[in-house]
Amino acid sequence: MSAKLAIIKRELQGYFSTPIAYVFIVIFLMLSGVFAFYLGGLYERGQADLSPFFNFHPWLYLFLVPAVSMRMWSEERRSGNIELLMTLPVKQSDLVLGKFFSAWIFIAIALFFTFPIWISINYLGEPDNGLIVASYIGSLLLAGAFLAIGSCVSVASKNQVIAFIVTAVLCFISLLAGLPMILDFFNAWLPQFMVDSIASTSFLTHYISINKGVLDLGDVIYFIMVISVWLIATSLVLDIKKAD
Amino acid sequence: MIECKNLSKVFNQFTAVDNLSFVANKGEVLGFLGPNGAGKSTTMKMITGFLQPTSGEVEVCGIDLFTDPIAVKDKIGYLPEGAPSYEEMRVCDFLIFIAQMRGIPKAQILTKVDEVVERINLNKVYYQRIETLSKGFKRRVGLAQAIIHNPEVLVLDEPTDGLDPNQKHDVRELITSMAKEKTIIISTHILEEVHAVCDRAIIIADGKIVADNTPAELENMSKYHNAVTFDASIDFSLLEEIKAMSCVRDVEYNAKRKKTTVFPAQGVYIFDEISDFLKKHKISVTRLAMEAGRLEEVFRNVTLDDVKEVA
Repeated sequence: MSAKLAIIKRELQGYFSTPIAYVFIVIFLMLSGVFAFYLGGLYERGQADLSPFFNFHPWLYLFLVPAVSMRMWSEERRSGNIELLMTLPVKQSDLVLGKFFSAWIFIAIALFFTFPIWISINYLGEPDNGLIVASYIGSLLLAGAFLAIGSCVSVASKNQVIAFIVTAVLCFISLLAGLPMILDFFNAWLPQFMVDSIASTSFLTHYISINKGVLDLGDVIYFIMVISVWLIATSLVLDIKKAD
Repeated sequence: MIECKNLSKVFNQFTAVDNLSFVANKGEVLGFLGPNGAGKSTTMKMITGFLQPTSGEVEVCGIDLFTDPIAVKDKIGYLPEGAPSYEEMRVCDFLIFIAQMRGIPKAQILTKVDEVVERINLNKVYYQRIETLSKGFKRRVGLAQAIIHNPEVLVLDEPTDGLDPNQKHDVRELITSMAKEKTIIISTHILEEVHAVCDRAIIIADGKIVADNTPAELENMSKYHNAVTFDASIDFSLLEEIKAMSCVRDVEYNAKRKKTTVFPAQGVYIFDEISDFLKKHKISVTRLAMEAGRLEEVFRNVTLDDVKEVA
């Protein structure tokens, strides 16, 4: 078995051998349902689609994903296990990727268990299932981007609480980069083309565009690039911080 | 074989390891001694590829650490300080995980795990979570993961720290049993350990090597080397007489414990003289012994500048 697979397997076992996994999945399922039905009016709208369900995912992820990512590296550094891991004959990239993918797979598992809502909507009407598949992919990509940010922050801090808060704030900024509350801050002193490029990096813009059913390759590539950049940053920070 | 050349590590202007050079050969157990914070662990972290040295070279089994770190890590078994492990895992799962990470072929993993469990006596706790184990067992699990791939080089950072005397004995036996076909470096600040397992000891202070000898040679550096001690009630006048003997450099008398220590002049053997003297004056002695030398005193001498004195 390759080292990457061994890490993914171990990390997943790690999630499920503590209550974290179950608490996370239960809360994710409960909140995503509550948001979709009560705030989004999924049922009352009388439309056979899942957009009220997917629209709330960014906000759910905003505090649930940092809860998953916060211990990814900070726990290893606190316990001293990082020394064990990094003296094994394994490439550093395998460690970073293995940990990231295991967290991503974990969130995919949580997302998978929302399938009853998909079945219900198919029972009630005739939704565009292609759109729903695209939305699931978009949701997963967004979670991946948040996780990659969280991975980098988790390497930088030994303290899980700090890792949680900083990740949540960074995710919030990345999510809303296109909204006035972030852009106004830059408007005053940056040239317009730079403000526009900041606006175009907003996670939310790309997420919504996928949700509309245009699974544009550009949006997918955008998320994959965001994930790559943050994972490379993770590896760099790991080099600096591992011995602290 | 491990070869370190001019190894240095500087953390924000603090020099933890300062121009360290040494060679550890196959079949040798090399002890790293030194006060806390002397740079023992930092040196080990550099040899195992965890820390990047500020300058210097490390070669393990002829492979340069910086050109091929993975090949070097493959040759080394490492027990980090405090024997960290994944506490929530069971002993068997943890060892299987390490075996997988070490790239042991799938078909051999269980045999290797069984071998190491047998060797380190982990049978009893095979299915237990590591967090439920005692300190001694946790340390053994750490040792087991270090030797699971039968490495040519073993680097053990304080392998017996915090263990009870029986457990210490077991760990030392284990190290000695592996010594022949491996190169082993252990760090410790327990001096008796040097005697028990090491063929050679390097004393490090402030990141520098201050002594590199066999344990016996280190003892020779002690002022207690070949000193004679005896327990008896003895008159001061007789003590003065002993002190006046040409082969004697100094005499120490502990009145409370009635213990006398006679230090010989440089390189002289005085046991017979002292024993004859005591017989001649018909002094009844409850104990008479010759000391090999006290490592502790040598250790203090070479690691503390302010108590430095010529032995």
